[in-house]
This record gives sequence, structure tokens and C-alpha cells, in this order.
Amino acid sequence: MVSKEFLQMRRDRITFAMMLGIPVLQMILFGFAINSDPRHLPTAILSADNSVFSRRIVAAMQNSNYFQVVKTVSRESEAKRLIDTGEVQFVLSIPEQFSRRLVRGEQPTLLLTADATDPAATSNALTAFRIFAEAALASEFRGPLSYLQGTVAPLQVTVHPRFNPEANTRYNIVPGLMGVVLTMTLVIITALAITRERERGTMENLLSTPVRPLEMMVGKIIPYIIVGYLQMGFVLLAAHYLFQVPLSGNLLLLLVVSLLFIAANLGVGLTFSTLARNQLQAMQMAFFFFLPSILLSGFMFPFRGMPRWAQYIGEVLPLTHYLRIVRGILLKGNGLTEILPNLWPIALFLLFALSIGLKRFRKTLD
Amino acid sequence: MREVVPVIEVEGLSKVFSGKTVVNQLSLRVEKGEIYGFLGPNGSGKTTFMRMLCGLLQPDAGSGTCLGHDLLSEVEQIRSRIGYMAQHFSLYDDLSVRENLDFMARIYAVPKRRQVLAETIERMGLGPFVGQLAGTLSGGWKQRLALAACLLHEPELLLLDEPTAGVDPMARRDFWEQIYSLTAQGISALISTHYMDEAERCNRVAYLAYGNLLTSGTAEEVISAAGLSVWSATGLGIQELASHLKGLPGIELTIPFGNNLHVCGTDPEQLEQSLRPFFAASRYRWEKQESGLEEVFISLMSRRLENDDG
Repeated sequence: MVSKEFLQMRRDRITFAMMLGIPVLQMILFGFAINSDPRHLPTAILSADNSVFSRRIVAAMQNSNYFQVVKTVSRESEAKRLIDTGEVQFVLSIPEQFSRRLVRGEQPTLLLTADATDPAATSNALTAFRIFAEAALASEFRGPLSYLQGTVAPLQVTVHPRFNPEANTRYNIVPGLMGVVLTMTLVIITALAITRERERGTMENLLSTPVRPLEMMVGKIIPYIIVGYLQMGFVLLAAHYLFQVPLSGNLLLLLVVSLLFIAANLGVGLTFSTLARNQLQAMQMAFFFFLPSILLSGFMFPFRGMPRWAQYIGEVLPLTHYLRIVRGILLKGNGLTEILPNLWPIALFLLFALSIGLKRFRKTLD
Repeated sequence: MREVVPVIEVEGLSKVFSGKTVVNQLSLRVEKGEIYGFLGPNGSGKTTFMRMLCGLLQPDAGSGTCLGHDLLSEVEQIRSRIGYMAQHFSLYDDLSVRENLDFMARIYAVPKRRQVLAETIERMGLGPFVGQLAGTLSGGWKQRLALAACLLHEPELLLLDEPTAGVDPMARRDFWEQIYSLTAQGISALISTHYMDEAERCNRVAYLAYGNLLTSGTAEEVISAAGLSVWSATGLGIQELASHLKGLPGIELTIPFGNNLHVCGTDPEQLEQSLRPFFAASRYRWEKQESGLEEVFISLMSRRLENDDG
């Protein structure tokens, strides 16, 4: 009995590969890629005061590993745009006459604006900032300025966590869940739907009819697009009434762009179904896709906490971009222009998945 | 008068699966209104050949036409004019009889769908089962449903791949009656089967072994081409007789049929000479017989195997 199982296991190469591959994938993802204490978060500086002190603070931010200054902007509107599109996680605003007021002991305020849609990504950095900002300045308080040493807080730091002021993780998770639910069910369902036709032999019958491959694929996809929308509606209702997540953006826009995401997932499912020989294999492939999707997309763990290579993988996955879109629309109230940078990667992915699927899905059986 | 276009005409059709030739240089002609029987052992390429005819598989070599359309370039046109019934039941177990038929009718874009559906259900006697799930039908009724499904679009050619495998004799007879009435309307049929009695019901037959066409023609033509003489011995202990006869000159084959032993050979005189000593034994009653298709096919196969060995 045991040897028979092993023999069958060996015959089914894909299943065998998946059995070994999935633990390896899990190990790599959990072990290397996931980091709940993200560093090097992109930060923009909006400085109205160019002084030793402000430079000192910026340098300290750089050194802290938590922040990576990627841009220096001069206008508030520009800073707002960067946060809205998610290009930067933080904007540090240094007010006018910061150094003069600091020297006078007036406890000037530094404003650190954070994109707090994902509180897990920002909380550590925010805590760290208060500490090292003061520490950085302390070393400047020498000579004539030594009177500032030891005073209670030479400066104040105001943190403005935007979009999710209460640092409510639920706000981040629930809209994200919509993407996850869509990915999970749609990929699996479509992967199974076509494999089942093949397994039961009904595919042979279908293929001998005048139906074209594109017709067949579209016919297979449409019902599940509707299912996808039902799921979305369900999650949105639950988000609003059960979890009180603010739905601040344009829902219509969300529904429209979701079509692209749903189609991308179905494309993946179809491609899997052309590769898999039975339903078990299709299921495993779907899982193989789902695992990195959920772990590397920024759903469970902050995207920016992952190492470079993992981020590159994440950028490929449609879920990553969809999460940004959903959070952007629902929490930040993004419009079309802000989500555009995340829209075309999904479209590209869809095109890619569908063309592989169609190519593999040749009408003949051989 | 216009020359009658054959329903199927193929030349040198071949298919290779990962280095193994499954159909080897097959040439075949099926005329309109004909029932063409396709015989041969399992794995002889019958299914592959049928799949090539309906465009499921692309031939690796050869050419041909089906209903006047080119096999390689006009697959779409062929598909809408043939009815293919796969070896395994290939409709949806989880749809009812009516739903299955309706689905197929939509796929073929059958005009006046409702009417055609009702007529087909009526003609095939599926009325009592319309609401039943196809998966719960018995073998005979499943086969009837499958046949009904490939008749909806009024095809001119039926490709039936072992339609009667695993079906009881009564249902088989009904099935053949259907086929006869269809061919009377001018529909042609290519039917693969393992049953000899079905082979004899066909207008013409072809025998395939390991991808090669061994013989084809009407039953009489096939039998006379084989030139087989058959003696039958009736009595007890024919197994023993068979072992005595094995290897004697002129004796090619001994085939037991219950209490009967058919002894075959292509050279009638040599065969008789070898048998003469056994004629005396009173245990057996000897009779000279007409050879049937079965003996011919078995002898063709064994000759083929000997040639391969030599």
C-alpha cells in the first residue's frame, strides 16, 4: 500500500513538485521576505528652513534606517500628491524659522505626516522618529547653545497619521480582504472549471463542436466575473456595516477598475487549467499562486518591509497593485489619476496571462 | 451528372505521438449513405483517426477531405456538419437530459431550437427522462442521449467511437435501428466497434492494427480477399485437439468457440491433408465452413504479428 502510494506520487510529477515546492516557497517567504518591522520607508522632506538643525535632522533620519529620503519638495500640494499616490510613506515638514525658534527655546514643531493606511508599516518608524530627532539635535547643542541641553524637549514633534488616524488595522485589512477573496476564489474556481471539463471527458465533446477557443474562454469567464462582483458587494457591505470602515472614495470607480483585476485573476486561473492535468494539480497551482499573492502583496505584512527581490516579485502580482488601488480609493479617496500607476501593471498582467492561456488552450487535444 | 463526392476521402494520413506512430499512412474512402465499420484491437489508432477527422488532432502527414472540406484547413466547416460521439460519455452528468440537449443545440446554433429539441426527444424516446440528471441514466440511455446530442444539428456524417461498448444487447439493437433509419435519410456513419455482429451490419468495414490498415471492403470482399478455409470440429476435448494441431503444416490458426474449434488456413489442400488423420477420430464431428469476419481478422492479426517478428 505504501509503495503503491509512492509509485503514484512519482507518476504525478506536478503534484510531487508542488508538495516539495510549497514548503520551500513558504520557508523562503516567511523566512526571508517577511519583516514586520519595515525599514527604508520612502520619505519626502518639505523644508521651509534650511539650517544646520534641519539638515541634521534629515541626516539623522537617513541614518536611522527607518526612513529613506527620496525627495525634497518645496510645495505643500506636491507633498500631498506624493502621499496620496503612495509614492512616499512620510512627509516631514520643517516649518519656517525652525532654527531661529529652536534657538530661542520656543519648542518649534516638526510635522511628520504619515500614510497610515497600514499602521503596521508606520508605527515603529513613528516611535523611533521622536527619539532620534531629539538625539540628533542634542549633539548640536554645544558651546553657545549648550543652554538648550537638558531643557524639556527643545522641539515638538507632531505626527499626523493620515487616512487612518486611529491606527485601526481593520481599516487596512478589510478593504485588502476584498482583493484576497477575489484572488483566492476566482483563481481556484476557473482553474478547476476547465480542468474538470477535461477530466470528465466533456472537453472532447466541446472541442469537436464549432465553438472557438476565445468563445469558450469568454463563456467560461463571464459567470465568474459576476460571482466576483457579488463577492465584492458582500465584502463592501460587511466593511461598511459590520466593521465601520470609511468608504470615502468613488465606489463606481472601484467597481470599474475591479473588472480588470477580476479578469486578471481569471486569466491566471485559465492558464493554470490549461497546464494542469487534473483538478488536484489545478488546485495546487492556484495555491502556489495564492501564497505569494497574499504574503508579498502587502496584505499581511507591510510591502516596504520586504527585501528588494521580494518587492520585485510583489510588483508583478496583480493583488499588490489592486490592494493599493482599493486602499487608495476607499481610505484615501483617490481618483483615477492617483491610481493610474497601479492600473497598468494589472492590465499588463492580464494581457500576459490571457495570451499564455489562449496559446496553451489550443483547440486540438495534442 | 455531377460526380458524387465521397464523404470521407483520406490519403496517407499519419499521426505520431512522441515517436510512436499511432496511425500509419491510412487511406480510406467512405461513400455517402454508407455505414462504415472500423475494427481493430485496442490501441490500433481508431480513436486517433476519428479525432483527426473532426479536427481534434492535427495529422502529421497526409491529406484528405471530409464532406468535401479539407481536413487541414477547413476544420471549422467540418465541425459544424459532423456529429462526433466520443468513446466515453462526454455530456454533463450534473445537467438534466433536457439541459444537456439544449446546451448542445445552442453550441451548434441550431435554428428553431425548441422545436428541434422536442422532436429529438420524441424520436429518441427520451421523453420520460427529460428532467433526470444525465449522470443517473443507465448505460444504454446515456448512449442514446449522446447520440441524440450529436444529431441535433442534423449532421451529414456521424463519427461514432465505440458507441455500443458496455451497452446491453437490446439497447444495441435499438441503437442499430436508429443508425439504419438515419442512413436511410442519407446520413453516413463511421462506427468503430469490437463486436463482430456489428461489423457484419456495416456496409463496409476496415480493419486496423497498430496504425496500419490491414484490409477494407464489404464483408464479402474482406472474406474472399483473405482466402481462408475453415474446418470446424465439434465435440469434447477440443482444447486437446487444438494442442495436437498446433504447428502442423497448413494450419494457421485454431480458434475455440465453446465446444467448437475452428481450424483455419490459407492453403485448403495442405489444411485438409494435415487434418485428415484427425477426421478418423470419432470424438469430433468435422464440417467445412465459410469463414467469417472474426476468423479473417484474427488471422490477419496473427499474420501481421509473425511478419513483425520475422
